[in-house]
Amino acid sequence: MYDAGKIIVGIVVFVVLATSPLWFNALTEATPEAPKLTLPTNGSTECVEATGYMRASHMDLLNQWREQVVRTGQRDYVSSSSGKVFDMSLSRTCMDCHSNKADFCDACHTYMAVSPYCWDCHVEPKGAN
Amino acid sequence: MGALVSLVAVAVLALLAVTAVASDNLRLVFGAVIPGVAFAVFLVGVVARVTRWARAPVPFRIPTTAGQQKSLPWIKNSELDNPSGTLGVVGRMFLEVLFFRSLFRNTKVELITDKEKVNYIGTKYLWAAAMAFHWSMLIVVFRHFRFFVEPVPRVVEIIQSLDGFFQVGVPVIYATSVLLIVSLGYLLLRRLADAKVKYISLPTDYFALYLLLGIAISGFLMRHLEKVDIVNVKAAIAGWASFQLVAPEGVGALYFIHVFLVSVLFVYFPFSKLLHAPGVFLSPTRNLANNNRAKRHVNPWNPPIVGHTYAEWEEEFHDKLVASGFVLDKE
Repeated sequence: MYDAGKIIVGIVVFVVLATSPLWFNALTEATPEAPKLTLPTNGSTECVEATGYMRASHMDLLNQWREQVVRTGQRDYVSSSSGKVFDMSLSRTCMDCHSNKADFCDACHTYMAVSPYCWDCHVEPKGAN
Repeated sequence: MGALVSLVAVAVLALLAVTAVASDNLRLVFGAVIPGVAFAVFLVGVVARVTRWARAPVPFRIPTTAGQQKSLPWIKNSELDNPSGTLGVVGRMFLEVLFFRSLFRNTKVELITDKEKVNYIGTKYLWAAAMAFHWSMLIVVFRHFRFFVEPVPRVVEIIQSLDGFFQVGVPVIYATSVLLIVSLGYLLLRRLADAKVKYISLPTDYFALYLLLGIAISGFLMRHLEKVDIVNVKAAIAGWASFQLVAPEGVGALYFIHVFLVSVLFVYFPFSKLLHAPGVFLSPTRNLANNNRAKRHVNPWNPPIVGHTYAEWEEEFHDKLVASGFVLDKE
C-alpha cells in the first residue's frame, strides 16, 4: 500500500464513525427499551381516540384542536372511535387523565429527543399525582 | 430508456419490501436481518475498495491545476490551486470535499447566436443542487442518530432544533427534508430535461437518484402523513444497534420500504459510482502537492538499476587491457 499511514487512519475514522451507534450503545449502560408509560389513575380506561392512533398521531389531533379552538372557538370534539363528545383542551381533557407530564409526555419525548412547543404557551399542571 | 429501467428496478424493490408486512418472519428478515447484512457489506466493501485503490502506485504528481506553480521567488504562485506543500493540499482538499470547489468552477460553452459571440458561463445550478443534496443528506443521516442510541446526545437535539427552526407543522418539517427531496428532484430533472445530459446518462445514474428519492420520500411520508409509532421503531432500531434482532411492532409497509431501500443503498454503495464519497479523498489531481521538480519521485515499479563503473570495467577486461599496453587507473 502506498501512503499507508494516511489511508489507514482514514479507514479507521470511517469505520469508527459508521459504527458509532454500536459503540455508543455498548459504552452507555442505558437500555434501549421503550419507556413504560403510567396509565391514568383516575379510573378512566379509554382515550379520545384509539390507542394506536394516539401513539402515532396525537400531535395531529392536538394541532387540529389548537386551530379549531383558536380560530373558530369551537371546543366540542366528537371522537371518531367512540362517538363521545370531548372538550378540546390539552390542560383539561388530556391532562385530566394523563396528569403527570414528566411520567407521561416527557417519557417518550425524551426517549425520542422530541421537544414539542406545547409548553411555550400552556402551563403544566402542578401538584397532580 | 435507462431512466425507465432504473425506475422499474426501484419500484420492484419497493414492492418486494411491501411483502414484509405479511408475516412475522418476513418482518424480522426485512426489518433486522437484511439491514444487518447490508450494513456489513457496506463496511467491508468500502474498506476493501479503498485498500485496493491504495495499492495502486502514484509514481508522479499529476499537475492538472488552475494556478501558477511555485518556482522562482519573484513569480507569485497560487498555493491553493497549485500547492507546493502539505498545507496547500489540505486547503485544496478541504474546499473540494466540503464545498465541491472544482464543480463550482466548472464552466460550459454557450453560443449567443444573435450577438455571434461565444460565452463561457458557470453551471452553478448543478453545484447548488449538489451542495443542497449532500449537506442535507449528511444532516438527515445525523438526525437519524436519535433512533439508534439511548440517551440521545445533546448535539443531535441542537441540530434538530436548528433544522426545524421555522416550526412549520407538527411534527416540524425540517428544512433539510425539503431540501433533500427538492435537490434530488432537480438532479433527476436535469438528466431528463437536457438532451445532452440525457444522452450520456446510464441506468446506474438514474438508479442512485431513484433510490435516494424513494428513501427520502418514504421517510418524509412516515414523519408527516402516514405516521408510525416511532417509540416502537426506536425500541427495535436501538435494540438492533445493541445486537438484538427485533422488528418493530405496529408499523406499516412504508417503514419496510424505507428500511429495505436503505439496505439496497448500503449494498449498492461499494459497487457503484457512489464510491465517489471515499474516492474524493483519493483523487490524485487533488490530494498531491505539485512538487515534481522540487522533490525526486522514484517510480516504484522500476527494476533495480545495476550499474557498471569504470573500475569494474577495468577489472573485467584487465588482462586484455594489460596485453594491449593500456594504462590502467589502478596502477
